[in-house]
Amino acid sequence: MLRVHSFESLGTYDGPGIRLVVFLQGCNFKCLYCANADTIELKGGTETSVEEIVNMAKNQKPFFGKKGGLTFSGGEPLVQAKQLLPVVKTLKQEGFHVCIDTNGSILNEDVKAVMEYVDIVLLDIKHINEAQHQLLTGKSNAKTLAFVDYLQEINKPVWLRYVLVPGYSNNPEHLHQLGKHFQAYNNIEKLEIQPYHELGAHKYEHLGWEYKLKGVKANTPEQLNEAYNILTTYFKEVVIN
Amino acid sequence: MSKINEVFVRGNWNEQVNVRDFVQKNITPYEGDSSFLCGPTDRTKKLWEICLDAIKEERANNGVRSIDTETISTITSHEAGYIQKDLELIVGLQTDELLKRAMKPYGGIAVVEKACSEQGLEVSDRVKDIFRNYAKTHNDGVFDVYTDEIRKYRSLGFLTGLPDNYARGRIIGDYRRLALYGIDRLVTAKQADLAGLVGPMSDDKIRLREEVAEQIKALIHIKELGAKYGLDLSRPAESAQEAVQWVYMAYLSAVKEQDGAAMSLGNVSSFLDIYMEYDLANGNITEELAQEFIDQFVMKLRVVRHLRMNAYNEIFAGDPTWVTEAIGGKLMDGRHKITKTSYRFLQTLYNLGPSPEPNMTVLWSQDLPENFKKFCAQVSIDTSSIQYENDDLMTNTRNSDDYGIACCVSFQEIGKHIQFFGARTNLAKTLLLAINGGRCEMSGKTIVEGIPALKSEVLEFDEVMANYKLAMKDVARVYNESMNIIHYMHDKYYYEKAQMAFVDTNPKVNLAYGMAGLSIVADSLSAIKHAKVTVIRNEEGLSTDFKIEGEFPCYGNDDDRVDNLAVEISNNFNQLLCGLATYKNAEPTMSILTITSNVVYGLKTGATPDGRAQGVPFAPGANPMHGRDKNGAIASLNSVAKLDYKNALDGISNTFSIIPKSLGADSDTRTENLVTMMDAYFSKEAHHLNVNVLNRELLEDAMENPGEYPQLTIRVSGYAVNFVRLTREQQLEVISRSFHSNM
Repeated sequence: MLRVHSFESLGTYDGPGIRLVVFLQGCNFKCLYCANADTIELKGGTETSVEEIVNMAKNQKPFFGKKGGLTFSGGEPLVQAKQLLPVVKTLKQEGFHVCIDTNGSILNEDVKAVMEYVDIVLLDIKHINEAQHQLLTGKSNAKTLAFVDYLQEINKPVWLRYVLVPGYSNNPEHLHQLGKHFQAYNNIEKLEIQPYHELGAHKYEHLGWEYKLKGVKANTPEQLNEAYNILTTYFKEVVIN
Repeated sequence: MSKINEVFVRGNWNEQVNVRDFVQKNITPYEGDSSFLCGPTDRTKKLWEICLDAIKEERANNGVRSIDTETISTITSHEAGYIQKDLELIVGLQTDELLKRAMKPYGGIAVVEKACSEQGLEVSDRVKDIFRNYAKTHNDGVFDVYTDEIRKYRSLGFLTGLPDNYARGRIIGDYRRLALYGIDRLVTAKQADLAGLVGPMSDDKIRLREEVAEQIKALIHIKELGAKYGLDLSRPAESAQEAVQWVYMAYLSAVKEQDGAAMSLGNVSSFLDIYMEYDLANGNITEELAQEFIDQFVMKLRVVRHLRMNAYNEIFAGDPTWVTEAIGGKLMDGRHKITKTSYRFLQTLYNLGPSPEPNMTVLWSQDLPENFKKFCAQVSIDTSSIQYENDDLMTNTRNSDDYGIACCVSFQEIGKHIQFFGARTNLAKTLLLAINGGRCEMSGKTIVEGIPALKSEVLEFDEVMANYKLAMKDVARVYNESMNIIHYMHDKYYYEKAQMAFVDTNPKVNLAYGMAGLSIVADSLSAIKHAKVTVIRNEEGLSTDFKIEGEFPCYGNDDDRVDNLAVEISNNFNQLLCGLATYKNAEPTMSILTITSNVVYGLKTGATPDGRAQGVPFAPGANPMHGRDKNGAIASLNSVAKLDYKNALDGISNTFSIIPKSLGADSDTRTENLVTMMDAYFSKEAHHLNVNVLNRELLEDAMENPGEYPQLTIRVSGYAVNFVRLTREQQLEVISRSFHSNM
């Protein structure tokens, strides 16, 4: 059984085409800007069987068209890698396209097994600078960087995703550093810039947490352009989501 | 015959009145993209500017620019009217002046008097005298005959919006016939029909002979109408311009004679395309001119007006006329019916800006060309002015490829079939009868006899369901009785002779019933079944509220546990209706559709076991209740797709609102995703989809600053409205609906 936070049946931002996005409960990071703060708590969620998820996917199949499929997001979906394994395995057997949206901080035997049934990994790189990564997530970025190495090794397609937080992760120097670091990985198909938004802020109040990015405004078009122009020199494709 | 009519491929249409055969033999399906389309000409822009100014005046003047309080509107009652004659390529107005409304008192004189007095005007003494003292109206006839029971059902809100004090509409004339044949040939055909109606003079036979005689008179009048505009309608059209003009004259006759609730145009675009192709191929016209004919035609359709009283707005908000034009679809032989003129019609939404009318309806088949699908999706994203219906489903189920959409969503074979409009019944309120021993939950009056009181205040599913079935049976019976009376009287006192002149003699008839409140019923039954629901009653023993403990699945999340209840109830009620005898042996059909009456239905319905409070609006049509569809847009579409079209042949309306960003990050992705969604939804045998692509904030801004959004169009249940013409209450209801957002 997977512990599911919620479903989004019309996912258009988490992988190619129209996708059923399954948000799993629980995350090992606690990013300052997390838009799904209510998925962080490791306990909770609705126990959901393989069969339920596969049935939903089957009902939705015509909507996936030629490109779409399912994306497991969260939370950090790989926290539940063991439970996720039979789900992705069955989905793959049924011919569905599967993406995982992960922070790349967990790499164990279960995760490796899951990766066999995944078409594209949407890898959230929070920050290239170790200190800044600590500040944003409370954790080191070493494991995430190692995870990308592993994905390169098994030749798994990756879409990098980078949340552009004004004042935190839009420093040009860091963006160049990010580009230089990943430039050589030929399994990285594109980089998606995710503009920062405050739409998740209300959830913090509900959870009784402090929203530490209070006062940080959404990106200006100039900020987005600057980041796009820098990153586009390093990656095959850069998009702004 | 003129040249153009000699070069058309011949066929059965030469021997008989058979436009379908003509279209089949002469259509040029178009596979290409939209790059050939032209923008508006200067003439079009100037003319539309005049119309927009007049529409602005209309809005400033309580929604009515002027009323002719002297003249009883008929096909020939008014002299020719123009917007600005020297600019008009397609001529004809309902009265002698733009947006001047005419009186059609045969539906009911009191309604006309009220509509005038609400504008500070009075009906002329002559007209009042005629209709109060000499002529009888449809409304008089119905109320002479209504039973006490029907009156009770009507006044308490079990039956709402019945066409007993306004014209029923829904009938679609095959207006193409005027262009293809001309009046003289059509008169000859009707005369032959009349001559053949002999034998024992039964009621039916006498009535039909009288109807055909009326139709022939109408045709003669239409010829006179043409003469007022210098047009010789006695003969077929001989050019593209004439074909458009002739079709419009046929339609204009209908809206001069009748003020039916919905008066669709049919499926004229690909018919007109045949003439366009000929004139283009022979260098008689340019693409710019072809587009101009359509722009000007559509402009005329946008200024059709009927005289309505304010109360009418409660059920049909925004002054709609439902000039529904069905575009596209497939022929039985496998070819599609997309032509360049299909594109030209949609292009008017750019050339003239978005608009609710004509009610553009794309008949979506999986096999339509990708280019056209993409263009439609783009137009939807840009204008929110199109609705879609499942052509594959309708063609297969109804066995015709030459049909239009009556009113909002209802199949009607053109020229072969008509409909008797039946408004709808409130099935959520009916559910409360099951819980209140057959008494109305608000008035306490007994509505249905023989419903046992519940054994316990904690609702027990089987017991409620058994009572509900008893209640539905009686409601169906009374509903059917009212329908038979209404349509008998409408035929007798307000017969649609101009429209029926363009329909086969003795056509098949559908009796188009409707139901409202399906999502509330499904969720209520689900709550009773899956959670613990306790009734709270007042001292009279009537339910006032429900205490719900525990979780229950809601309709709109692709969850069979509740979706199957929605299917069961709609099938069940339809079967009850199908078992009842009908006037003119009409074949019963049922819609799951509310127009905008979901707001007024809510007002008339007490608290329901799903947790909805008294007075809260219903979801429109077959939509899930606002905010209860928690798994996103596609799960919601999947739930609605489960409803069975065969048990709701009058149509299943689903209104879908999505913010642009939710369709994808860029324009190409959005178009592609919308096409994929539509293909998928209809592949699941879903029937209808209204598509709105806009932001909630835009609507909120339009509420505060209506002057800045004169053409803001949104799709509601089965039609489109100018958002700024809705009442504040209706605007708030639209804004409260689920806007699918995955952000």
